[in-house]
Amino acid sequence: MLTALVPMASSPDGGFKAPTVGEFFPGELIFIGTPFAMTRINLMGLLMAGVLSLFFVVAFAKPKLVPSGVQNLGEMAIDLVQKNVIDEALGDKGKKYAPYLISMFWLLFAFNITGILPTMHLAISSVIAIPLMFAVIAWLVFNIQGVRALGFFHYLKANLFPPGIPWPIYILVTPIEFVSTFLLRPLTLTIRLLANMMAGHLLLVLFFSATSSLLLADGFVKIFAIPSFLMGFAFTLFEILIAVLQAYIFTLLTAVYIDSATSEEH
Amino acid sequence: MELFAEISGNVNAIGYGLAAIGPGIGIGILVGKALEGIARQPEATSVLRTNMFLGIAFTEALALIGLVAGFLFV
Repeated sequence: MLTALVPMASSPDGGFKAPTVGEFFPGELIFIGTPFAMTRINLMGLLMAGVLSLFFVVAFAKPKLVPSGVQNLGEMAIDLVQKNVIDEALGDKGKKYAPYLISMFWLLFAFNITGILPTMHLAISSVIAIPLMFAVIAWLVFNIQGVRALGFFHYLKANLFPPGIPWPIYILVTPIEFVSTFLLRPLTLTIRLLANMMAGHLLLVLFFSATSSLLLADGFVKIFAIPSFLMGFAFTLFEILIAVLQAYIFTLLTAVYIDSATSEEH
Repeated sequence: MELFAEISGNVNAIGYGLAAIGPGIGIGILVGKALEGIARQPEATSVLRTNMFLGIAFTEALALIGLVAGFLFV
């Protein structure tokens, strides 16, 4: 009976095998061999995006002044981002960016939470394409809005030549500002989300595969399966927190970047 | 020359350990200071909390780059 518990991460002889990055490269499932070949992760992404769209469409299909049922939930979902991210970081300017930021937050949350959803068990955002795409869009949004608000040369000047320092310092400051504003911002957005999701998944696989290997081991080692399982369980709860927190941080940083790009003073 | 000890396994684990020291201390100081501020001025909680998360995001990036590097340079 116990052999049924052995996860994929175990080696064929039943011994323990540590999880590797191979976890994040599952085989193709449909349209194999064509450019549209899809892995498990792509299908999960389509499913979650569909579920999320369906939820918001149902919630606001017939909006009423006094909300009831699903509309209540939908309004709570929007209010959460509006109050905690947009009002905090953008203030009055936030109205224009609310649709973008709110849909980004909930899409990121849906992509992160699959890491702990039963039968899925792999965060969609733990492959680099997803965080990178979100970061590129955020980069485009804050740059385009900055250029629109201040004009191209003024925007570059505001970002690359911070006022109030003697001119020789610009030789040092300007390249640093260029790298940190235009290159490192999207890069750190990507890596922060990707690495958090990757690390979370590897931790869960490590604890649960250790649990089953220990359970199948001979002798008194068996009892160490219990703390291993408890740790895995605790980290599953922790991953829910991380899924929300990373979506929040990604959205908040995007909002802060938009704010700093569109205002005169930093 | 005779070898007295031999290291086997992956050195990347040590690299990640080193990369985690700085951000660990940094996040500790950051959250501690933010809590101090909140305790002194509870009405400023929301601003402090937002800025605390921002600071954590920047500090944490270093440790995460260390983690990714561990996988990249196997």
